[in-house]
Amino acid sequence: MSSNNASGGLQDWIERNVFAMFVGLLIVLSVGGLVEIVPLFYLPSTMEYNKFPELVWQRKEGQTLNDWKAGDGVRPYKALELAGRDVYQREGCYLCHSQMVRPFRDEKERYGHYSLATESMFDHPMQWGSKRTGPDIARLGGKYSDDWQRKHLRAPRSVVPESVMPNYPWLQENRVDGETMQAHMRGMQTLGVPYTDADIAAAPKELEGKTEEDAMVAYLQVLGTMVKLDENTAYRE
Amino acid sequence: MDAVAEQKYDYGVVRWFTVMATVYLVVGASAGVYIASELAWPFLNFDLPYITFGRLRPLHTNAVIFAFGGCALMATAFYTVQRTCATRLWSNKLAWFTFGGWNLIIVAAVITLPLGINQSKEYAELEWPIDIAIAVVWVSYLFNFIMTIHQRKTSHIYVSNWFFLGMMVMITYLHVVNSLAIPVGMFKSYSLFSGVQDAMIQWWWGHNAVGFYLTAGFLGIMYYFVPKQAGRPIYSYRLSVIHFWALMFGYVWLGAHHLHYTALPDWTTSLGAAVSIAMIIPSWGGAVNGMMTLSGAWDKLRTDYVLRFLIMSLAFYAMSTFEGPIMSIKTVNALSHYTDWTVGHVHSGALGWVAMVAIGAIYHMMTRIFHVELWSTKLVNAHFWTATIGTVVYIIAMWVSGLMQGLMWRAYDEYGTLAYTFAESVEAMHPYYAMRAIGGMIFLFGALLMLINILMTVMKASSESSVQRARTAVATA
Repeated sequence: MSSNNASGGLQDWIERNVFAMFVGLLIVLSVGGLVEIVPLFYLPSTMEYNKFPELVWQRKEGQTLNDWKAGDGVRPYKALELAGRDVYQREGCYLCHSQMVRPFRDEKERYGHYSLATESMFDHPMQWGSKRTGPDIARLGGKYSDDWQRKHLRAPRSVVPESVMPNYPWLQENRVDGETMQAHMRGMQTLGVPYTDADIAAAPKELEGKTEEDAMVAYLQVLGTMVKLDENTAYRE
Repeated sequence: MDAVAEQKYDYGVVRWFTVMATVYLVVGASAGVYIASELAWPFLNFDLPYITFGRLRPLHTNAVIFAFGGCALMATAFYTVQRTCATRLWSNKLAWFTFGGWNLIIVAAVITLPLGINQSKEYAELEWPIDIAIAVVWVSYLFNFIMTIHQRKTSHIYVSNWFFLGMMVMITYLHVVNSLAIPVGMFKSYSLFSGVQDAMIQWWWGHNAVGFYLTAGFLGIMYYFVPKQAGRPIYSYRLSVIHFWALMFGYVWLGAHHLHYTALPDWTTSLGAAVSIAMIIPSWGGAVNGMMTLSGAWDKLRTDYVLRFLIMSLAFYAMSTFEGPIMSIKTVNALSHYTDWTVGHVHSGALGWVAMVAIGAIYHMMTRIFHVELWSTKLVNAHFWTATIGTVVYIIAMWVSGLMQGLMWRAYDEYGTLAYTFAESVEAMHPYYAMRAIGGMIFLFGALLMLINILMTVMKASSESSVQRARTAVATA
C-alpha cells in the first residue's frame, strides 16, 4: 500500500529493510529513558542527604540496629521490620496505600511533612504507591498504639466503620522464619543496604516466636519516624 | 479465496491465540468485577488470603494486560504480518513455542499471584522465575516477527508492522530493565533499584506498558483491521509516518508524570509533563487517520457491527488521549493523583480502546481463519451495546468518585481546618464503587456473549469441517 506514495530517502530505506527499522527503533526508543533515568543515579541534587548528611544514620563501630533512636536518620530495616515489609508486599498493600506525602497544605495537616527521596533509599523496591483507596501511610509510625494496629489489621471495621480494607486475621497465626529473613537481609546487603554481618547473625534471635502480625506492626510503627525533619528547612526545591 | 489463504499462511497458531484471547477477556473482566465489588462490599474478601483485594488486583491487571492483551497482540501480529508480507511465518514451530510458553506463564501467574508471590511492582508483579520465562517467550515472538518481515514478498513494510515492531522492541527494553532483581529465594526477590530511581524506572515501565503494549501494539491492530473492515485504504500515509515516529520517540518520556510532587526531582517530572502534553498531537494523528479512513463509507456503520467496535474504539482512544495530557498537567494532577480518576482514565483506555479494537479484530479474523460465518451477528451487536454502555457507566462512576476524593481531601471549613476525615471520603465513595461494579458487570456480560459466539462459531467450523476443506480444496484463484 505504501509503495505508491513512498517518501523516498531515509524513510523509504527503512520501510524496505526490517533490520534498519529495528536498529532505528532501538535508538529512538532508548532516548527518553536514558535522559530521565540515568542522571538520577549521579546528580547529587537527587538525594537530599548530599546536602543534609544528618538525614542518614551514621552508625558507629560496633553499634547494632537497636542502638538507633527515632529521628537519628534513615537506617536499614531491623529484621522484624523487614519481615513486616515482606508481608506488606505479599498482601499487595501498596495497591491502596501510598507512602509519598506531597508538599501541599492539606497533606501536611493530614499526614505530616512531605516525603524525601532519602527516606526510601533502602526500599528495594520503593512502595510509594499510586492510589489512595486508604490513606497515605508514609508517616504512620507512632500515630496509633500497637494495640490499635493489631485490632485494625484483624478487623479494620471494628475501629474504622467506614473502612473497605480486608481483614487480615491470618497474620497473627503465621510465624516469621529466622533463616528466611537472613537470606533476605543478605540479598539486601548485596544490593548495597548497609547491614553488618552481626545484624544478619542476630536476626533469628530477634525473630524468635514472632508472628507476621508482630512484624507488620513493627514495620508500620517505624514508617516516617527515621528522620527528624525541620519545618523551616527547604530539603527540596 | 479462503482456501488459498489457509494453504498459503500458518493459521493454526492464530486460531488458538484468538480463542484464548476471548477466554482471557472473560477471566480478566471477571476478576475485575470481583475486586470492584470487594471495594463496594468488603465482606466479599471472606477472610480468605487468596481472594483479598491486594492479591486479586494484580491477577486482574495481569490477566487483562498480559493474558487478554498479549494473546490478542500475538494473534493479530501473526495474522497480519503474514497477510501484509504475503508469506508464511518464518517459523511456525517457534510461533507454537510462543503460544505454549505464553499460556504457561499465564497459568503460573494465576497460581502464584493469589498465593501472594509477587515483586510488588505495579503491572510487573510476577516473580523472577516467571519474569525470565516472559523475556524468553517475548524474544521468540519478536524474533519470529522480524524474520517473517524479512522474508516478505512485498517491497515495503506495511504500517501496521511498524507499530507491532516498535511495541515488541520497547517492551523488551522495559521488561528487562524494570524486572532486574536479586533473588533471595525461589519465589522472592528484591528490585535492583531502590527509592527514587526505582520509582522512575517503575513508571517508565508502567506508563509504557500502556503506551506501547496497549497503545502502539493496538494501533498496529487498528492500521490493519480498520481499512480491511471498511474496505478502504488508510486515510493518510504521510500522517502515519509522522505520528509513528513521534509516538515512538515521545511516549517513552511520559512515565515521570505519574510522580508529580513526589520526591522525584522537579526537572524530571516537568520534562515528563511537557512531553505528555505534546503527545496529544501524535495520538490524535492516529485517531484521525483511523476515523478518516471511513470517509465516504460511514453508512457501513449502520450494517457492519464489527466496524462499530473499531470506530467506537477510536472514539475512546481520542477521548482518553485527550484526558491523559490534561491529567499530566501539574495543577490538574495535584487533584487527580491518588484518586479514582486515574482508574477511570485507565479503563476508558483499556475497555473503550484496547478491548474494543481487539474485539473488532477478533470478530474480523474469526470468519477468515475458521472459514465460516459467525454463529450470530445479532449477538455481536448486543455485545457492542453492552460493552459501550458498561464502559460509559464505569468511567462516569470513576470521574465522579475521583473528583469527589480530590476535592474532599483538600477541602477546608470556615475555621481553616480540614473539612473531612479520610474515612468520610471512603464512605462517600460507596455509591460510585457500586456503580463501577455494575458497569463492569455489564461489560463482562457482553464479554460472555462474545465467548459464547466465538465458541459456537468454532463448533460450527468443526461440524462443517470447514478448516479441513479449506486445507484440501484445490485453489481456484
